[in-house]
Amino acid sequence: MAARENILSRIRAANASLQTGDGAQSTASRLAGHPRGPLPTMGWDPLQRFIDCSIAAASTLDRVDKREGVPVAVARYLSENGLPMRGVCWPEFADLDWSGAGLEMQARSANGDDKVGVTGSFCALAETGTLLLLSGEQQHATTSLLPETHVAVVSKKRVVVCMEDAWDLLRKEVGHLPRQVNFVSGPSRTADIEMTLVYGAHGPFRVHIIITDE
Amino acid sequence: MEITSARFKKVASQKLADPKVQAALANAKGRFVVARARAIKDLDNFEEIRQAAADVRDHCLANLDQYLEEWERKATAAGTIVHWVESAAEMTRVVLEIARSNEVRKVIKSKSMLGEETGMNEYLERGGIDVRETDLGEYIIQQANEHPSHIIAPATHKSKDDIADLFAQKHQRPRLDDITKLTHEAREILRPHFLDADMGITGANFLVAETGSTMIVTNEGNGRMTTTMPRVHVAISSIEKCIPTLEDVSLIMRLLARSATGQSISNYISMTTGPRRQGDSDGPEQFHVIIVDIGRTRVLGSDLRPALRCIRCGACMNHCPVYQNIGGHAYGWVYPGPIGSVLTPAYVGLEKALDLPNAATMCNQCGVACPVKIPLPDLMRKLREKQTQLKLSPASQRAGMGAWAWLASRPFLYGLATKVAVRLGKLAGGKESMLHRLPFAGREWTRGRDLPAPRGRTFREIYAARKKN
Repeated sequence: MAARENILSRIRAANASLQTGDGAQSTASRLAGHPRGPLPTMGWDPLQRFIDCSIAAASTLDRVDKREGVPVAVARYLSENGLPMRGVCWPEFADLDWSGAGLEMQARSANGDDKVGVTGSFCALAETGTLLLLSGEQQHATTSLLPETHVAVVSKKRVVVCMEDAWDLLRKEVGHLPRQVNFVSGPSRTADIEMTLVYGAHGPFRVHIIITDE
Repeated sequence: MEITSARFKKVASQKLADPKVQAALANAKGRFVVARARAIKDLDNFEEIRQAAADVRDHCLANLDQYLEEWERKATAAGTIVHWVESAAEMTRVVLEIARSNEVRKVIKSKSMLGEETGMNEYLERGGIDVRETDLGEYIIQQANEHPSHIIAPATHKSKDDIADLFAQKHQRPRLDDITKLTHEAREILRPHFLDADMGITGANFLVAETGSTMIVTNEGNGRMTTTMPRVHVAISSIEKCIPTLEDVSLIMRLLARSATGQSISNYISMTTGPRRQGDSDGPEQFHVIIVDIGRTRVLGSDLRPALRCIRCGACMNHCPVYQNIGGHAYGWVYPGPIGSVLTPAYVGLEKALDLPNAATMCNQCGVACPVKIPLPDLMRKLREKQTQLKLSPASQRAGMGAWAWLASRPFLYGLATKVAVRLGKLAGGKESMLHRLPFAGREWTRGRDLPAPRGRTFREIYAARKKN
């Protein structure tokens, strides 16, 4: 561990000579209090802003009254776009009547061959039209990543204003970070060739968000 | 990475005369600048947020030891294996050791400038590991065996036609003539590698002390793939990337994508805390983070310290009139543009990059665009001073500047000399009042353009005459 001690002591020496250290107390209080920085004015209606920004991020949206309406909405979206009527979903949706909507949906993690992935979301950010997905036993990270089409279900009540609100919700409801927290704002994209925007670089070609009103 | 900054003037001249490079630069220039200008309007208190971000970065640097220790405590508690290394050689050795001890044959890699600094890919390949870059731009230049010319758009110097030829040759498929099809062909080629690679290597946009997380930002989703699919994940990060809290992440995220590509947020922000948890259906079994110094502590204790605030958005190069005309390769190392003109001399030695701090017009477009308010022109000026102090700049230049300084600090003599000079200049300008060739150092200047000749009186003469009336 010589490198660790060498690096830390060089940092201390560099900072001591400039007398810039704020002291242990200020770092501890910053870590414990995690103060917010200045926020832009956010005078908009969160749900409307979420919808507008999702569209700006090239997602598509639909609304249903109850989660029971999700399979029909998914089937409509897939058939309208000529997409395969089968895929994988997070286990939290295993109880829904998928076959009744004409869909073949398996509640398992996605592999490279699955074309459609249906996930829930921990919450969504109005400010930027962003979904927040947590990894976990029942929340397979691959489902929103490997398939060409990602359908995400968000409850209206889980649309928060900004990222800072999402952290507070995470601290309150989960208390710690899961292995991975993923913020997703629309389909995968790149502009690495002549700065021309192309969707579907490595992740999904399309992100369809279904907002439930319950 | 090998440093070729000493050939700056030669390469810059070549790039200026290369129509392909000029076309690519002209295309990129307008888009980046316009997109950023539009995106920052979205924040009604942009300047306030920018100041706060600069303050947060300064606060991190001032307490870096404590935040790194806190980060390490939290990361270790989450099961992350933390390594500390001081040099590039040590870093690449540790990465290879991790690969060997896990019987890794294939690595997928998400873009990392630290990886470029340390020549990691080449080292791993020499060690028998198959390394695949996955960011589309990085994939293109890896296939072409070139270096990135921009920190966020590595292949910006290459045209669609170049890439079409390259892919046809490397992929052994029919030549494609469409950017969407080229992108999707790369997706198709890389997908199986994502699925069967043994190890993923990423950089880190930030280390979050509060939670012991590493964070990466991508648009393509290759970062998510690299941190999720292989059984081993290695993240490499230099020490200055450490920031205190999740709220600080939010603050900086409002600036990063806007300053880089003009997006309000990057497509994917992935925060990783430890390896796969018990019961998790995906994620690596091992997660290593290598904390790297390589010159950072030296800069921390120097007057170039503000450069360590950098969040790698690329706005300074996008807005730089020099970069806009010569592109990134002339700078000769990993970081081009104004931030490169500071970091390259700072990390690899001032004597190896003499032209870089001088390749600036001091217009401060970079300083104005920088989301964390790095005073880039001031830092370049400090490097110029150091060149003179250490007698690294050419003797003729130092003699010239010395003569000028001697003259300029003697007002009477200075007035006399300039009076003579402007009169001679007027005479030399002839009827068309233009100088086609200047003597001494001015010869370079008049090689490509004429200098309007002086009109026969100095500013001080005209000023004095006006005052009298």
